[in-house]
Amino acid sequence: MSANPKLAVWKLASCDGCQLTLLDCEDELLALSGKVEITHFLEASSAAGPGPYDLSLVEGSVTTVADAERIRHIRAVSRRLVTIGACATAGGIQALRNFADVEEFRAAVYARPDYIDTLATSTPVSAHVPVDFELRGCPIDRRQLLEVISAHLAGRKPGISRHSVCFECKRRGTVCVTVAHGTPCLGPVTHAGCGAICPAYGRGCYGCFGPSASTNLPALIPRLRTNGLDDRDVVRLLRTFNAYAPDFAEASTALERDEGSTP
Amino acid sequence: MTDSGRSAAVVIGKDGLAALVEVLVERGRTVIGPTARDGAIVLAELASAEQLPYGWGVELEAGHYRLRPREDGMAFAHSAGPQSWKTYLHPQRVRQWSAERGPGGEVTLRADSDPAPSYAFLGVRPCDLRAIAIQDRVLTGGTYADPAYRDRRDGAFLVVVECTDPGATCFCVSMGTGPGVGEGDDEGYDLALTEVLDDAGHRFWARAGSAEGAEVLALLPRQQGLGTVAAEATATAARESVTAAAGRMGRSMPPVSLQRLMAGSLDAKRWDDVAARCLTCGNCTMACPTCFCTTTEDVTDLTGDHAERWSTWDSCFDLDFSHLHGGPVRESARSRYRQWLTHKLGTWHDQFGSSGCVGCGRCIVWCPVGIDITEEAAALHAETWSMLESPEGGARP
Ligand code: SF4
Ligand code: SF4
Ligand code: SF4
Repeated sequence: MSANPKLAVWKLASCDGCQLTLLDCEDELLALSGKVEITHFLEASSAAGPGPYDLSLVEGSVTTVADAERIRHIRAVSRRLVTIGACATAGGIQALRNFADVEEFRAAVYARPDYIDTLATSTPVSAHVPVDFELRGCPIDRRQLLEVISAHLAGRKPGISRHSVCFECKRRGTVCVTVAHGTPCLGPVTHAGCGAICPAYGRGCYGCFGPSASTNLPALIPRLRTNGLDDRDVVRLLRTFNAYAPDFAEASTALERDEGSTP
Repeated sequence: MTDSGRSAAVVIGKDGLAALVEVLVERGRTVIGPTARDGAIVLAELASAEQLPYGWGVELEAGHYRLRPREDGMAFAHSAGPQSWKTYLHPQRVRQWSAERGPGGEVTLRADSDPAPSYAFLGVRPCDLRAIAIQDRVLTGGTYADPAYRDRRDGAFLVVVECTDPGATCFCVSMGTGPGVGEGDDEGYDLALTEVLDDAGHRFWARAGSAEGAEVLALLPRQQGLGTVAAEATATAARESVTAAAGRMGRSMPPVSLQRLMAGSLDAKRWDDVAARCLTCGNCTMACPTCFCTTTEDVTDLTGDHAERWSTWDSCFDLDFSHLHGGPVRESARSRYRQWLTHKLGTWHDQFGSSGCVGCGRCIVWCPVGIDITEEAAALHAETWSMLESPEGGARP
């Protein structure tokens, strides 16, 4: 059975939640292990097989010089490289540092700042090496991960939609929380994939899956304001797991700039 | 048969409505109707008429919907809610077939042929009745009829309830689709009701529009102690309140040929203006009772031995909707909003012989940023009109 494609799972700066999604696929794990040779997955086994790998799943963002080198190595030994989760695709929550001064954090947080070796930014994998597919989410969705792997095995394109979370709300019949309750919601600019979980429980979307393929933040922000958010709230809403995703970063930076310019 | 409708006109009370749900359930139908839930009047399966939104009204505006208690206790004094009947007739996700590869490599295809549920829709608004007729033409007319849609549709029993309290976003009068329905057997409903509430009480003027409708109506308890004169008075009161509703439309369309307006304004500046406001989120198309677009999803499982084809609601606001070799054809928000509006009001006529808009107002209400189809049409009209006034000339649509 050595003909089975080799799968590797890698981790950079991240919380492990996305790789755990793979272990979470309890019912499918058996089928998966029959179809791929899981050769590198430290979360599940400490035995790492040699490369090259047919499919590498990479979790985490690049925050150190060592990781920047590692991702180049991973790319070099992987036929297909798929990044999974907000850290790998957008820089993660740790990319909040990109909007601030890391030196200040280092001095304020650590007793021995000189022990800390870190880059000034947290960046997505795609900022360092070419990526074949980005799977969004914080954490990623289990069914979507299986879809990406199944599609890879079948040699087809993954059926992952790039439209807004609104599509998912309307399809599942959730009453719009913005229109019917006046709840601020990032759904109209957020990438589908979670199945619109939060609005189904009466909450606004937090943007865990990052920007959709077609956003218009300048049009949504006034609506967030009429739903009770002030500009600082909007900045906070945009600066979570996908803070450094270009559409969100651009909008939050513009808001901060405008805020700074008003006396 | 043409007479059956009229001769069967009766007055029923709330107990008659309760009996209607019971009779329909007894006849093996899944009764779907409005009910107040999650801060809206949604469509859901009803086990009894008690679940109807008695005493609930709605406050509608562009991008705004609120449930409001009504002291009068009326059941149908609200207009179009977040969903429409396409939720049931043209469901958001339908499996079309599945395929299995056996141990010897042989492939077995299985078409999905679950029997269609036998629905009864209670509380179909006149605009929605027309929307159903439009989807009928789209999905069962022409070369590419959808047999599964036809099965669901053929088996559905429609109880229309005329509108007596239109919302601020309604414009069915402009579109010629409401707020009332005609009488007779070719109107497309099985039963029609009009809710009447005055000094003489809370009751429903009911008439049949099909043989099955007449059969069901005959099983319902008539309102007690109502002589012919009182029954006639109820019919008159019902007609009057529907006529009054026609005079209280919250919105209207410019009174021109919208088809020609759309064809003549493809280069209007207004498209840029609306594109700056539009989120391209797709809510309008999903909420619209006539939008029918679907995409095809082929899925395989991990083993690769099992494949399925699904049809899923799609929208022309999705970038991948117009994906051809090399990328999407309608990349800009301008081109996508324009596709939506010109299809609804313009090219739908060329394609299906009618407007694609019935004036229900859902797209106005459920647009998170309150983009208003009537306002956009009026602005396009104003802009095209001014072209005529300008020295360069130009044709008035
Ligand atoms: S275009 Fe808007 S108003 Fe017209 S039928 Fe569709 S949702 Fe209703
Ligand atoms: S407006 Fe768009 S989604 Fe609606 S039917 Fe036309 S193309 Fe399809
Ligand atoms: S018109 Fe409104 S609902 Fe439709 S895509 Fe644009 S923002 Fe969304």
